[in-house]
Amino acid sequence: MAQRVSFDFDLVTDVESPADEDGVHDSFSQLIQEQCHDLHDVIEMTPLDPEEESRDDVESLEAPVYQRSDSDGPQQTDHLIGERWSSDTLKVLSSMPSRTIGRSRGAIISQYCNRTMQLRRRRQSRPSIQHFPRSARPSIRGYGVETDAAGFEEEENKRERLVNNLQNLSDSDRVRMLRAMPLSLSEKKELRMLVLNKAEHSVSQNQIPCCSQLKYYIIIALRHGWYSWLSFLSSLQLWQTALKCVGGRFGTGVLSYFIFLRTLLFFNVFMFLVTGLLLVVPQAIAHPDLDQNITVRSTWGLEVLTGAGYFSHSLLYYGYYSNKPLQTGHSCSASSNKTSSSCGLSYNMPLIYFFTIGAAFFITCIILVYTMSKSFGQSFRIDKSKGLLAIKVFSSWDFKVIKKSSVRLQRANISTQLKELVAEVNHQKLKFPVLQRLFRLSIHMLAWIMCLGSTLACVLAVYYFSEYMHGDLLRRAHTNSSDPLLEEASLLAIPVFVSSLNLLLPGFFNVVAWMEEYDSPSVLNYISISRNLLLKVSVLGVLCYHWLGRVATDPQSLGLECWESFVGQELYRFLLMDFIFMLLDTFFGEFLWRVFSQKALKRERKPVFDIARNVLELIYGQTLAWLGVLFSPLLPAVQIIKLLFLFYMKKVSLKMNCQASGKPWRACQMTTIFITLLCFPAFLGAAVCVTYTMWTIKPSASCGPFQGLKNMFQAGKRWFQELAAANPDLHWLPSAHAYLVENPLFLFLSAGIFLIVIYFHSQVVDGQRKIIELLQEQIENEGEDKKFLITRLQHIHERKRRVTPRRVKEASEDSSYS
Amino acid sequence: MGGTSSKLPKDLLSEYQVRLTHVMCLFRAHKIFSELQGGENGPYSSRVSMQKILTLPELKANPFRKRLCHVFSTSDMKDGSLNFEDFLDLLSAFSDTATLEIKSHYAFRIFDFDDDGTLDARDLEKLVNCLTGETDDTRLTAEEMRQLISNILEESDIDKDGTVNLSEFQHVISRSPDFVR
Repeated sequence: MAQRVSFDFDLVTDVESPADEDGVHDSFSQLIQEQCHDLHDVIEMTPLDPEEESRDDVESLEAPVYQRSDSDGPQQTDHLIGERWSSDTLKVLSSMPSRTIGRSRGAIISQYCNRTMQLRRRRQSRPSIQHFPRSARPSIRGYGVETDAAGFEEEENKRERLVNNLQNLSDSDRVRMLRAMPLSLSEKKELRMLVLNKAEHSVSQNQIPCCSQLKYYIIIALRHGWYSWLSFLSSLQLWQTALKCVGGRFGTGVLSYFIFLRTLLFFNVFMFLVTGLLLVVPQAIAHPDLDQNITVRSTWGLEVLTGAGYFSHSLLYYGYYSNKPLQTGHSCSASSNKTSSSCGLSYNMPLIYFFTIGAAFFITCIILVYTMSKSFGQSFRIDKSKGLLAIKVFSSWDFKVIKKSSVRLQRANISTQLKELVAEVNHQKLKFPVLQRLFRLSIHMLAWIMCLGSTLACVLAVYYFSEYMHGDLLRRAHTNSSDPLLEEASLLAIPVFVSSLNLLLPGFFNVVAWMEEYDSPSVLNYISISRNLLLKVSVLGVLCYHWLGRVATDPQSLGLECWESFVGQELYRFLLMDFIFMLLDTFFGEFLWRVFSQKALKRERKPVFDIARNVLELIYGQTLAWLGVLFSPLLPAVQIIKLLFLFYMKKVSLKMNCQASGKPWRACQMTTIFITLLCFPAFLGAAVCVTYTMWTIKPSASCGPFQGLKNMFQAGKRWFQELAAANPDLHWLPSAHAYLVENPLFLFLSAGIFLIVIYFHSQVVDGQRKIIELLQEQIENEGEDKKFLITRLQHIHERKRRVTPRRVKEASEDSSYS
Repeated sequence: MGGTSSKLPKDLLSEYQVRLTHVMCLFRAHKIFSELQGGENGPYSSRVSMQKILTLPELKANPFRKRLCHVFSTSDMKDGSLNFEDFLDLLSAFSDTATLEIKSHYAFRIFDFDDDGTLDARDLEKLVNCLTGETDDTRLTAEEMRQLISNILEESDIDKDGTVNLSEFQHVISRSPDFVR
């Protein structure tokens, strides 16, 4: 339907766009025509005074826009600004939908009208409002350009429809929708009243009879009570005020450390509850029927440190737990190993132990993977654009900061961050000469060699030292003559050595990094994290080999009845030493360093809180706790106490000794990295170790719930066999168990399905990325259209203005002549 | 806490619960507002001038305080005065329960210094000056400012018209998980 539209002005002659105007611009011809007519009306309604005309300097307006753009060159984005438009063009520009959507009520109401309609249509799935596609730009097709007179009527219609839509939503949807609307309170009140009035729910207090009024008051009172209960619950959220203080003063980077600490605390609480309720409490209630030779030591202090002595035959360790099913009720005498349920409840401790540990690890794995994927989803951006600077400028101001000094500090921080970001973004455009690049590369290689070399040296040192201590222990076991106190104290040697290595080497890595020069502080962060991680992983690897490969395989030579309890004690010692060294590090590292730097080095700024190092320490401690749960079910409790202490200690030390970092720290991305590190090397390593222990290592023969079995796994298998023996219908159970769990084919199959699902998701993400690119291109093209239209409008005005002054001048000349 | 001194009529209480989930906060807000009014027992729809609002300790040091008053004011004279409902709007927009939509909407209006519906280069410059402060060592140099603004526009202006409108602003904000108020 190519209509030949006749323009009133001779625009056809100087159209510079492609010649087939009919085909290409046909859809807009209607619009342009309307626009011309509207402008006719506007110009006729408000007669132009000569003063107003002279203000619009015709000569400057006539300067062709395209020339100016060519001279600017790369500044092509400034088309619509910095031009001197006529006042009418400006009026049209300012009433463009994309500019009024934020301000005009009508636009907001129409937008929400659309959304409520969509919500009604999708009522069965009830999506949350955040997932709605953004249709924020009312399409120009529907409305045309609204002048004020027509707009008012439109608004009334829209409002009616919005009220109708709101009515048809359910109560909670309606409340959510009303809450999400960025209108002022009085307008929302009006809307709500309209909705409620329509539904004939209007309650006028004066007209209710007295007993309904009483009911009304009761309901209001109940609601008050409910809201105060909700506010009490929200205030209970652990450490919320403390976290807000820290975040407000030190920024989101340091805050992410404390939030990570809180997350770890919750993991440990969960594990403690599971093992506590299912293992510790039943065992504590039922008395153990092993006869113990409890030798009580008198050195109370040393026992807390070493976990041996009094503690070695307590609930803390594996050895205390019985391998026979526990019975309740004193009338039952000690029965045999069979799970006869003839007297009271019987509690099959070996089975429960095995399944509890397995289930705890499995659920922790699921929670970790879920947290990781959620935070990954938040920080990962599908489109490749960086968008750092814009995000920093728009979202970095914290409106909750009140104190003048904090505001000043925040401003200083933002200014440094912006300067650094601008430098970083533009630095990439510089290119160094080849020689300098080679030089820097060689420095980097040297630094890496030094770090890797020192890590290797540490690992070897730990290996040989542990071998020496092992030999020492062997000798002592055979001689029986040494001082028991010294013997206990020597158990602390390896933990102290490893913890001091963990303390000193990161400092060495920092010195090495200071020697190098990096392009950006974020790269430096990643590199220091990876070096520290490598160190900790290798040290833990050597220690695992020491425990599982040396101690567990040959416990008799050490004179150990119960190697699991010994390993549990070792882990307890490591955990405790780690804590003590962290205390010392906080005191010496932060407090004394601050005093030193302020008094001796005379620096004005306090030292900066090293987030990466502290988080890695937390991850290391948590790995130890996870490794030790199998051997010492109460270890999560120890970890909980340690984390609680650590929180308050770090908070106090932070306030006294440190100040906010000037470096940009992308909190969300770093949180994702920390959770990933917690999941992959830490949790996975611990799970692999525990699985290896359960699968292959022979439990000790005289203590613990798995005595006499070939490996811990046999407990489950034995239970299936007993079930099958007791109940002939379940004869397929052991064979099913053998096929499913012991057959590696099943594992391969499940791993294969997993990989296929991951590949599928990555393809989906790729497709979405392509769509985003296409959409961006499309929006750019629309922007070009917009510019074209506006400049065309400007031409119309110029022409009009040139015509009318001539007419007015002629008219005035005529009048002056006559 | 503020229950004894609240003079809010009870039916209005149920109306406001569309927005606020904490009734105690509502009472406290009313107390603060009536103190600002100077203890007059006027109807709660009376307005408090901008100067008095700016004496609140929470707003005194905030560089965006004037913009806040202008944005939330519904007065016809455009003088930035707030009545109680505007005050409640202000509080609830900054509470933790406000949705991302509302926060980004109001943030855009606060940053739009010349109220023309988009953030152009002048608005961005004023915004950055507000963020970085007035002293010489925190303020950005002209070259850095120019670089910064062109980078921002490059990153967030999708239709390349030289300004950031509301949709583009919300798009940028939605990609930032650190958007915290």
